[in-house]
Amino acid sequence: MTEPTSPLRQALLHESGLKHATGEARYVDDWPAPPGMLVAQVVTSRVAHAKLQRVDASAALAVKGVVAVLTAKDVPGTNDVGPVIHDEELFAHDTVRFLGQSIAVVIGESYEACRAGVAAVKVELEALPAVLSIDQAIEHQSYLSRDHRLTRGDSKAALANAPVRFQGEVVTGGQDHFYLETQCTLAIPEEGPALRLISSTQHPSEVQTIVAHVLGWGRHQLVVEVPRMGGGFGGKETQAAPYAAMAALGALKTGRPVKVWLNRDQDMMWTGKRHPFKTRFDVGFSTDGQLLALEAELFADAGFSTDLSRAILDRALFHIDNGYFIPDVTVTGHLAKTNLPSNTAFRGFGGPQGMAVIEDIMSRAAERLGLEASALRRKNFYGAAPRNVTPFWQEVKDCRLERLFSELLSTSEYTRRLGEVAGFNQAHRHAKRGLAITPVKFGISFTTSFLNQAGAFVVVYADGSVQLNHGGTEMGQGLHTKMLAVCAHELGVRPERVRVMTTATDKVPNTSATAASSGSDLNGFAVKHAAETVRERLRPVAAKLLGVAGDAAKALVFENGRVFLPSTPAQAVPFEKVTHEAYLAQVSLSATGYYRTPDIHFDRATGRGKPFHYFAYGAAVSEVEVSGLTGEHRLRRVDLLADVGASLVPSIDKGQVEGAFIQGWGWLTCEELRVDDKGFLRTHSPDTYKVPAFGDAPVDFRVALLENAPQDGTIHGSKAVGEPPLMLALSAVAALRHAVSAFGKPGREVVLPMPCTPETVLFAVEAARRP
Amino acid sequence: MARRAQLGQSLPPMNTLRFNLNGQWIEESGLAPTTTLLRYLRDVRGLTGTKEGCAEGDCGACSVAVVENGPDGAPAYRAVNACLLLLPMVQGKHVVTVEALKQGEAYHPAQQAMAAALGSQCGYCTPGIVMSLFEATYRKDLKQPWQLDDQLCGNLCRCTGYRPIRDAATAVAGTCPKDAFVAALPASRPTSMAFHREDEGQLFVTPTTFDELWAVLDEHPDARFVVGGTDLSLEITKRFQVPPRLISLEGLSELHTLREGATHLLGSGATLSELEDFSAARLPPVHRMLRYFAARQIKHRGTVGGNLCTASPIGDLPPVLISLGATAVLRSRRGERRLALEDFFTGYRKTALEPKEVLIGVEVPALPPTTRAAAYKVSKRRELDISAVSAGMLVEVSAANVVTRARLAFGGMAATTKRAAHAEAALLGQAWTEAAVELAAKAMANDFTPMSDHRGSAPYRSLVAANLLRGFFDETSVTPQPRLAPGHAATVLTHEEVRHD
Ligand SMILES: Cc1cc2nc3c(=O)[nH]c(=O)nc-3n(C[C@H](O)[C@H](O)[C@H](O)COP(=O)(O)OP(=O)(O)OC[C@H]3O[C@@H](n4cnc5c(N)ncnc54)[C@H](O)[C@@H]3O)c2cc1C
Ligand code: FES
Ligand code: FES
Repeated sequence: MTEPTSPLRQALLHESGLKHATGEARYVDDWPAPPGMLVAQVVTSRVAHAKLQRVDASAALAVKGVVAVLTAKDVPGTNDVGPVIHDEELFAHDTVRFLGQSIAVVIGESYEACRAGVAAVKVELEALPAVLSIDQAIEHQSYLSRDHRLTRGDSKAALANAPVRFQGEVVTGGQDHFYLETQCTLAIPEEGPALRLISSTQHPSEVQTIVAHVLGWGRHQLVVEVPRMGGGFGGKETQAAPYAAMAALGALKTGRPVKVWLNRDQDMMWTGKRHPFKTRFDVGFSTDGQLLALEAELFADAGFSTDLSRAILDRALFHIDNGYFIPDVTVTGHLAKTNLPSNTAFRGFGGPQGMAVIEDIMSRAAERLGLEASALRRKNFYGAAPRNVTPFWQEVKDCRLERLFSELLSTSEYTRRLGEVAGFNQAHRHAKRGLAITPVKFGISFTTSFLNQAGAFVVVYADGSVQLNHGGTEMGQGLHTKMLAVCAHELGVRPERVRVMTTATDKVPNTSATAASSGSDLNGFAVKHAAETVRERLRPVAAKLLGVAGDAAKALVFENGRVFLPSTPAQAVPFEKVTHEAYLAQVSLSATGYYRTPDIHFDRATGRGKPFHYFAYGAAVSEVEVSGLTGEHRLRRVDLLADVGASLVPSIDKGQVEGAFIQGWGWLTCEELRVDDKGFLRTHSPDTYKVPAFGDAPVDFRVALLENAPQDGTIHGSKAVGEPPLMLALSAVAALRHAVSAFGKPGREVVLPMPCTPETVLFAVEAARRP
Repeated sequence: MARRAQLGQSLPPMNTLRFNLNGQWIEESGLAPTTTLLRYLRDVRGLTGTKEGCAEGDCGACSVAVVENGPDGAPAYRAVNACLLLLPMVQGKHVVTVEALKQGEAYHPAQQAMAAALGSQCGYCTPGIVMSLFEATYRKDLKQPWQLDDQLCGNLCRCTGYRPIRDAATAVAGTCPKDAFVAALPASRPTSMAFHREDEGQLFVTPTTFDELWAVLDEHPDARFVVGGTDLSLEITKRFQVPPRLISLEGLSELHTLREGATHLLGSGATLSELEDFSAARLPPVHRMLRYFAARQIKHRGTVGGNLCTASPIGDLPPVLISLGATAVLRSRRGERRLALEDFFTGYRKTALEPKEVLIGVEVPALPPTTRAAAYKVSKRRELDISAVSAGMLVEVSAANVVTRARLAFGGMAATTKRAAHAEAALLGQAWTEAAVELAAKAMANDFTPMSDHRGSAPYRSLVAANLLRGFFDETSVTPQPRLAPGHAATVLTHEEVRHD
């Protein structure tokens, strides 16, 4: 086997894989306790909405081991942690707005002492009426933001003229991130006054900004470091900041290191989740299944504060079309304000909730019209002009859905299996199978355009070894592995010569969150630019060593730790020789790199623009089996085909695709957030909140990346992969609907709300069976 | 080795915690006996490879291996949840954590397989998964694909979607390499668990004889029993309430008995995984229930007695054991008494146990191959979930196809496990036909008024209970005591288990 010329496009292992497997990989809570370290427990509201009359911490301060109790009064700067809109207090000061809202933090020598301290803090509350669901919010006109709207054409008239028209409601549930590592930040005092925060966050720059606000400091007094996260999925984009701020405040007040770590119950009860959505729609089709017009009104449960909800609602609207051209369309969104934790980013960022609506509509249309669902979906894909304009007026260029569908229908043997499923369903009365294919089209870029920027800092040492710093954070998605590959490729060194450093705000400043699937798109270019800069400084040095003169130096190849002319590869100079020589020649061996996505914009007032740099695509075929006796169901086989462009590291991308699918399957089937009439989350631990387990993944799980599909204007032709495949799980819901419909007469709409738990499925079966 | 033999000779005082951690004997006398092994590893020993993901046995991130006597009597590695183990529960035992697996520069096959399969993304679940795979590496009893699911369902991973973990598991499970870990096993047998500590108002005793047990009970009649701790430890790890007086029954070897006979004796101290092995050929309904019971880590610790004595209405052994006609055996200083198992449960989380009395075990009549019997568990997630409804059903049908005996017991339908008296009456004396079963399923409406909660609404529970009877009829028309269909670990009552075509 010849050695690959670069780590790019190779089936690399995860850069930390072996360290994970030995337990060496260090997460924030694993940090050796610095001398004198204190821990913390948060005093939270026990009711959903109340006037805060009095907080008396005197008894808590008397508890042995309690060092400090901090409330709103102790905040030297601004008592606010809202990331975009400043409507989120760090500590409630006169009103509590959800059960679990922070009122104070007890800092002490041990968790036992802190817990005793929390029990001793007296909080007097006067209960107020609470709004605990979207329906209640609608009833009480309780909104954070209203009337986000996208419109094109004349949906009213088109609906009136549609040969087939129906209305309905689509509900999707919330979802806890259930990152295996809960929220954690360790704050360590440094000379200054200054603090170093070691934090499990997807957004170190924002933690830095918010903590600076809370402390009334300049950002230069803070360094935020992220070693790695034990999962993020959006849940550590904004949600890390309040607890980081408590650690920082604690460290400032006590002069000692302070760690704030939430246990599982606390994390699940107090932090925001995926937004539940409720949508009312009115849709028109032709009798042969051509989508003609859509009006939809979306309500998202934002919780008590805005957080990122506006952008999340926008993204739901941006994905109401999924991959389908809708000639006349009006979609409107509202953010319901409820007395619940502030819902936040979660893989897909509203996209899945929007897409779930149109996919449900497509299934219902197929059921009502008696059409085969894959054909109905296919005939509505974006195509050539004029069928290529989205509801937000961006043109869809290079729609890959037709190609994905035809390849996947064939490799998954869809048609043959459809026949088998029908045969099985004929032969079994208590069990039915369902088969479905669904597409995904997902817009890539932060829709807040200025966020689309990134930086990197590449350090080459005289011995030819490399440290790579970039603005992205590693939460398991393999970003560091990909960035390492890009850097090694640009410098022409072996991957083992590159070390990816802990993400830190003093190395790469003013970064955006590692979110919106943009991690490798943005940081990849920044890394490339930084590495190129160093490499080009090395080129004349290498040329001199090789005796290459003039323009010929341009042809020098940097590859696998050697520099040579393509015509004479045997006469190579080692990379470390070049770097050493460069050092002696007083050449700078470190460089920063920077990137911003060109040419994206969106005008919220008109609902028009080009919010996305490009679209990522995918398709999925799921086969399920449903028990008509219990409603339990299994995924029998899943085939996924994802368009990730020319993959930077296919092994990593494949893992993202299958992991996202199962996470989506969990959202749509078994994960259920049950809030009681007091606003208390009943399902606040894995005992009652069920994420998919080992046996829920199909044994027959076939995942492929679309071949020969480079993308223009992206890092090495690759495309984003983090979020889009989550929505491939909608194929499983379509398959469940198909199976449920087999229990009843054809031509009827299945009534199946999400999440499709055994209970909802069994009642859907019962409904289908009714004469 | 020499040092260990020496230590073995001069046993430390009974109030000292003593166990072997990664090859080294450790003695601790200053720690609260209710300290969990997880906190000890992380906070005292700085062994932070073992993670806390939930502190309730539901995620597996804290998995470590403990050497126990396996089904064939030989010592074997068992993956267990360190978050639920109180330190006296590893008294005299060998504990292996993820940090010990890499020997010099050589990674353990489980570690290698995980990295090679890209079985880790964020890596937080990985050490726990590696420890589950460590157990699997040395298992000799892995024959069916469902056993892999059973091995790993106690380890949640939020990132990977499990496919690569399945690949890693397939690569190492049952390979039994002849390595240092195997070589160490014979000398790693569990030794005496004897322990007695009373200080600062806290008592923890592990008696090794009944005389000792009765003596401690006379002195502390209000002490609570603990065995596996998979129920009781949650009070400490989740509610942060420390029971002041605990007596562990784990040191009483008689309670571990699993004895075959015309009536089988299931000792209260037998672990659920031991019972799973024992019941495979002898009591198929019990075996099937255990397949969907918790996860392997929990089954290695949880016991028959613990499951029955918590008297939870959603406990999974009571329905199946009641349907099989089990008898509870109770013992105190005054002697032994026997009770039909259904009479052992006297109310919501209440049993007939008197103060200072223990459950010795249950006696279960051997199951004739012609008796129709099966067990069902319905939950939101197939694996590692608590039942919405669980059921044990037994029906005897005469040569003339007349029902002569019917025992239908349900969990999740009332404040205790309860038999469906109306449904049973509707069946008795009737022909065993679909029509009769339909009438019985309808009659069940008079048996239960279940409650609604996050596991299932009342209408759902009622419908499922009746449907399980319908499914039981279907299923036992194929074979009287259906087992797990080979090759499938399919959910209860989907095609794969109902029919064997
Ligand atoms: C993650 C997880 C999943 C679980 N899944 C399931 C499940 O699927 N189905 C299910 O039914 N249960 C489940 N359980 C509950 C629990 O594991 C079982 O009930 C188990 O059998 C308890 O046994 P133990 O030995 O660990 O009990 P312990 O916690 O040691 O004891 C439980 C109680 O029983 C009493 N007790 C124990 N033995 C005796 C005795 N011999 N005499 C008198 N009193 C005694 C103790 O005093 C204590 O009050 C689960 C628990 C966890 C943590
Ligand atoms: S920490 Fe989750 S099982 Fe122990
Ligand atoms: S790799 Fe992240 S939880 Fe498993």
